[in-house]
Parts: sequence; C-alpha cells; structure tokens
Amino acid sequence: MGPAKSRPDGTGTDPEPLLRMRGIAKRFPGVRALDGVDLDVRPGEVHCLLGQNGAGKSTLIKVLAGAHQPDEGEILLDGAPVRLTGPTAAMRAGIATIYQELDLVDGLSVADNIYLGHERARYGFTRRAAAERGARELLGRLGHGEIAPRGEVGRLPAAGKQVVSMARALSHRARLIVMDEPSAALAHDEVTNLFRIIRELTADGVAVVYISHRLEEIREIGDRVTVLKDGRAVAGGLPARSTPTGRVVELMTGRDVEDVFPARPAPAGDAPEVLRVEDLTLAGAFEDVSFSVRAGEIVGLAGLVGAGRSEILETVYGARRATRGRVLLDGRPVRPGDTGAAVRRGMGMAPEERKSQALLLNETVGGNVTVAGLNRYSSFGWLNRRREVADVRRQIEALDIRPPDPRRPVVTLSGGNQQKVVLARWLLGADLPPGGEPPGGGPDGPDGPAAPAHGLRLLILDEPTRGVDVGARAELYAVIRELAGRGIAVLLVSSEVPEVLGLADRVLVVREGKVVHSGAARELDEPAVLNMIMEGSAL
Amino acid sequence: MTDAGVSLTEKARGPRPKPPWARPGGTGRGPGEIRHLGLVGALVLLGIVGVVTEPDNFLTSGNLVGILALAATIGVITVGATFVIIGGGIDLSVGAVMALASVWATTLATQSYGPVVMAVCAILVGTGAGLVSGLLIAYGRLVPFIATLAMLVAARGLAQRLSDRKTQLVRPENDAIEALSTTKVLGLPLVVYIFAAVAVAGWLLLNRTTFGRRTFAVGGNPEAARLAGINVRRHTLTLYALSGLCCGIAAIIIMARTTTGSSTHGDLYELDAIAAVIIGGTLLTGGRGTLAGSILGVLVFTLITNLFILNGLQTSDQLIAKGVIIVIAVLLQRRGLRSPT
Repeated sequence: MGPAKSRPDGTGTDPEPLLRMRGIAKRFPGVRALDGVDLDVRPGEVHCLLGQNGAGKSTLIKVLAGAHQPDEGEILLDGAPVRLTGPTAAMRAGIATIYQELDLVDGLSVADNIYLGHERARYGFTRRAAAERGARELLGRLGHGEIAPRGEVGRLPAAGKQVVSMARALSHRARLIVMDEPSAALAHDEVTNLFRIIRELTADGVAVVYISHRLEEIREIGDRVTVLKDGRAVAGGLPARSTPTGRVVELMTGRDVEDVFPARPAPAGDAPEVLRVEDLTLAGAFEDVSFSVRAGEIVGLAGLVGAGRSEILETVYGARRATRGRVLLDGRPVRPGDTGAAVRRGMGMAPEERKSQALLLNETVGGNVTVAGLNRYSSFGWLNRRREVADVRRQIEALDIRPPDPRRPVVTLSGGNQQKVVLARWLLGADLPPGGEPPGGGPDGPDGPAAPAHGLRLLILDEPTRGVDVGARAELYAVIRELAGRGIAVLLVSSEVPEVLGLADRVLVVREGKVVHSGAARELDEPAVLNMIMEGSAL
Repeated sequence: MTDAGVSLTEKARGPRPKPPWARPGGTGRGPGEIRHLGLVGALVLLGIVGVVTEPDNFLTSGNLVGILALAATIGVITVGATFVIIGGGIDLSVGAVMALASVWATTLATQSYGPVVMAVCAILVGTGAGLVSGLLIAYGRLVPFIATLAMLVAARGLAQRLSDRKTQLVRPENDAIEALSTTKVLGLPLVVYIFAAVAVAGWLLLNRTTFGRRTFAVGGNPEAARLAGINVRRHTLTLYALSGLCCGIAAIIIMARTTTGSSTHGDLYELDAIAAVIIGGTLLTGGRGTLAGSILGVLVFTLITNLFILNGLQTSDQLIAKGVIIVIAVLLQRRGLRSPT
C-alpha cells in the first residue's frame, strides 16, 4: 500500500515537524487522486509542492484545508493527530489556504472579506470600525496599505485580491499557510513583494506550503521540495536550492525535459498577412496600437499586468468594442465588438480566466470542446452528434486530454487539461488528414489560400499556460508551434517573459497602453524585455 | 520533451484503462435519465394511492384522459419555462400572458374572423409579449425577474381592459376551438396531442439542435458563451419569445377546454411552471436541466390535483402537499446527484 521509498533522506527527526501527513489516500470515482502521500512541514519553512497537473497537489491541499476528507492516512499537528472535518476545523487548527481561484466575495468590502466567517462582532452586531482597523493593519503588514478596507473587492485587480486573500489567512493567526500558485496572477514586481511577505511570515515561525510551476521561484523562496506524481510523493524534503532542475523535472515527469523551445524555422518572409491592426484604441486601456501577424507567425505581447495586453487581445477579438481604429483579417475589416463575427471569420481565443471566461462548468468535456463550432456538425440547426463526438475524441487524442472521456464533467479535470479543452475548441478538425474533411467548414469560411484547420486563421491566447505544470506546458508549446507551422497566425500574451521569447517569432512590448517596442524575438533577451516593461514604472 | 515535438498524438504514458462510462455515442450531459427515476417512482406511487383510495373512479379512462387534458395547459407553458430557466433566466409572466392571449383571441373583433385567426392571434400575442420581455432583458439589460414581473402585471391589466373584466365566451360559430378538447383521436382529445407535440418538439430543440446546446452554454456561463462567438443577447431574446409562444399555444388549449377567454385564466401558473421545472431537476441558476424532468414534474402535480379532487379534499391541503413535494424532490435530487458522479 504505502510507497516503498518515502523520505529518502531521513527528514523526520531533526526539528519537530509542525505538520506531518502520513499515507494520505483519497479516491474519487474512477480516479485515485492520492495514493498514500507523506508530507512533513517544519515550522518557519517554505515547503514547495511540485507535480504535474493531476499529480494530486490540489487534492492534497484540499485535504489540508478540510475541504476533502482523506479515505486513509493521518494528519498530525505538533505531533498530535487531528481530524480536519471542514474548512472551519482547519482554520481553527491554524491552517489557512489561499486558493488559486481566489475565493473572495466580489460584492463585499475588503474588510468584510478578510473577516468572512469570523466577523468582528458583538451580540451579533458587526463591529465595522474594528474590522476596518484590523484589516488596515493586516494590509499594512503586507505592504499594501493603499488598499482601502471599505473598497469593494470586485473592483480590485488580481494582485490586490491576492493580497486580500493573504490578509484573510493572516487574520486567522495561521501557523501554516497553504498557497496554491500565488504568483500565477501576479506581475514581476508583485512577486517580489509576495516573497518579502513570505519571508516575514516564516521569520515569525509560520510555515508555508507553496505550490508553483515556476521552478525559479521555488529556488528563490523555497526551503524544501516534495514532488508528487500520480498521487504519490516520489521524493520528499529535497533541498530546494541545490537539487538540480533536471532531477526535479525528471521526478515530476518521469522523463527528461531538455529543450522546451526547440528551434523552429521562422515563417516565410512572403507569408500572407492574416491580421492587421490599425490605430486600435480603447479609451482608458490602450492607444493607437498597430501591428500585423502573418500566416504561421507567432507574435507575443509582453508587458505588466494592467499594461493593456489583455485588453488589446479582447478588442482584436471583438469582446470589447474599440473606441477607434480597425481590425482586418485577411485584408477585410472585421465587424467591431462582435465575437460571433470574429469566430465566423476564423478567429479563436483562449481567454485569461479559464473558469469564468472560457469553460461551461456544467458541461462535459465534449460540450465544452464543440460549443464554438456547433455549425460544423449541424444542418439547419440539427446536430449530428455522432460526428460531433468523433471529432471530440480526435481532439482528446491529439491533445492528450486526460482522462480521455468526452462525457466527463469538465470541472473534474486538472487545470492543464482544462486549458487543453479550451484549445481544442478552436482546433476542431485541425488534425484531420487533408482531403478527409467533412463538408461545410463554416458558414462563411474564407475560400482563401490553403484554409488550415477548418478556417481557423488566427488563434489568440491570453496566458495560455497559467496554472499549467511544466510537463503539460511543454506539450502546449508544441501544440502552439505545430499550429503555427500549419499556417495559423498566433497572437499571445504571457506574463512570463521567457515564454514569450521562447514561443514568439516577434515580440511587442506594451507599457501603459502603448506599444513601446516591436522586434524579432531572437534579438531580445529577458533582461532587455524586463527593462522595457518596467522602465515606465521605475520613474 | 522530444516526443511531443514530433507527434501530438503520441501516447507516451502507457495504456490507459477505459472507464466504464466512456462508451461511444453522445457527448451526453451525465446520468440524466437515472435522475428521473425518482419522479417516475413518485408518479407510480401517486397512481397506487389513487387506485387504493378511489378504486372506482381513478382508473377510469375518463379520469386518466382528464388528467392529461388538465396537464396540457400548464405542460405547454412549462416547456417554454424550461428553456428560459436553462438559459439562465426566469419568466414570471407566463400565466398573465396566457390570459392576455386568451382574451385577445376571444374579443368580438377577433372572433369575427373565425377560429383559425383566433388561434393565430393567441400565438402572436403570446410571442409578442415574450419578445417585449426578451428585448427588455437582452438589450435593455433589465433583470429577468423584474422585466417579467412587470410583464405579469401589465399583461393582466391589459387583459382586464380588453375584456372589461368580463369572461368572454367563444361564440358558437367558432366551435372549432372547443372541438380541440372534445374531438378524440384514439381516445385522447386533440389538446393532449398538442401538448405531446410541443413536448417532443421542445425535447428535440433542446437536445438535438445547436439552439439547444447554446441554451445550455448561455445559461451556464454567458461570458464564455459570448467569447465562443455565440450571440448571447439574441439568444436570450429568442428564449423569451419561445416562452411567449408556448403561452400562446397554452391559451388556445385553455380556450378549448373552457370555451372562454378571461383575464383570470392562468392565475399563479408561473409558480406551477417554475415548480415543475425545478422538481424536474433543472437548476434555477441555469446551464443544466432536462425537458423530460419538467414534463414529469407537470404530471406529478396534475396527478396530485386529481387525487385531491377525487377524494374531496380541500385545495388548501393540496397546496400544502405540493409545497412538501417540491422540497422532497429537490432534496432527493441533490442526494442523487452526489452519489453517481
């Protein structure tokens, strides 16, 4: 039952661990999410959890948060066994969890959110002044005194929400804080601030369980690493700084990841222009943005969160209506502010917020894949479900979506697999052998030259690898390049500069709503781009 | 990462066991059919109660046909309501719109054109009212609850004004309307066939067309639907028009059954329709639901009404029983949902 080699380097003894999990197992119908996991966390350390999507990280932290009850195994806090029967019990035990999808109530104020569930109150009446004072103090401690306790959380940017979540954890006087990809929504300088906060916390003896897909971060902030794979801890308590990257990746994937960005031939110089953006302006977001993307070209937008990157993508796609300027696809203007027109003309977009903007959470994998391409399987509105399912299966196979089941509810998939589902939505039929295509690729599919992937001309990707682990990232990169190789124009935004540089042929640097640089990716390196991104904010 | 670069179809991680539910055919929406077993069970149970308490009256063909005819009016409305609710909305105006359609179709002026025009009039009035609600919601950005509440009040008022608060009789020369409920084919009155036709058409529309699939998408996550290129506003508008259309059809049925048009027809039908949809397993928040469940819900309610009438019990007791049934049904569904998935 238990894994043969847990704790290879005898970490159990030296300092008394704050938290000790032993042989934790958790089954869901059809899936063994955790299969006997051990985890030791010492007071004052940053313990990193690494693992691919579906390795069991999310389940493990949900067990810690009291959201899931383990089928087997025990949890000891300070050497005493505890039962975390629910989120309240976990918090009472001093374990606070900051989820990746922030669990804040948008309509409530910052202070209300921080004290949600343990309101400052007397005789049932809330003590607003006390709550606001407490909130202000916590926010100040986190270095974000500028966030107003009375402000509505829904109006804060992602980074601000993160800080509120963190303040909530602190308000519980947590001894152990679990952070599920806290840096995913943060820009570069905000991550620095996050690390400062973590260091302060650990200096006070608070232990942090830190989940991230960015190995550099783990090196910087982590003390020890536990690697999960297929619901087991394949290595526990490795030193975070000195374990070679290759070794970590090997443990996670069971194979070598050498070059995530293999060289790719640049697109032909005479490739036709697919997208042309002329003086596009969205008041308050960005101004006079002009660029073009050729067939088979990958263009990346680099910039800080809030610099206008996502807004540019959304305006190109028609999800927002431009104040001024034009978007042309294959030389013809696209009707502004109409996503339907964009899709019919051959655009596809994987938006930034997977759960709120892309997925139909009540639906199956299949329903999510085909929602944008239903016309492909219908005549006069009538669905041919056999053809639909066949296509979904092909996509599942091509993108290696796991578990490979079109009927599975999409919410049960891991983040990386959900992202693949979103990608698959736009790739329907893309892997068919040429000539074997079903008729009627789309109502007004362009009969231009070599219409690839059933009329998909431009793929827009906003943070395509957010919440996706290293191994699955490499797969996504390969898919994106493969698509470009077939002549699809790709426009992408990523907060991770290496990703933009590695993937894109050309990079546009966006700062405060303006394109400040445009050039070939291979002529840029990370420091140069960071420099351009930050220049304005350093003033 | 050499493999992935070469082939996207590579299955590098060995054989994967096929889970038992991964059978081909249909993207499906989960174990839907199983969920209805509870409602079918409730129907059977109520049937047994009927046989036991009123052995002489319940199982007569006249009574059973009566149940179906009784269910036809609210049933047709419930089909429309199911679409609206799955699409993330709510329509409180159904009863009032039906009343308005019945009144409009039975004015002296309309009646002078004959039964066909009366039927067309009812349908047009219903659809028109639905379009107005839909426009207010989809393009005027009113909350569905508010917009259809306003329509409820306004449609009743308009119906009262048109009829001068009097019950309008269908005139003898237009007895073709009444014939819909008196003419029987294979022992069943035509109104039951209308109900069946609407139910089947609704089921096909919901489960076999792009329109149906998009209804689930729009109700489940409107933002994602919009970003997938679906015209969410137009779709929403269509859903309310569809609900109005069903109210128009229901108006024809109630005219046939009562030979009247009246501003008091369909009082509180909105609550019956919503209750039937909910006990049928449709999420009030949208994005998930079944039409079969709604129809079963209607039948359960109608059967309860019938049993109470047969046993000579108070309507107040009947209302209490319905309330209890709603709660039990929803509690059972929640348990049913949790265990199999």
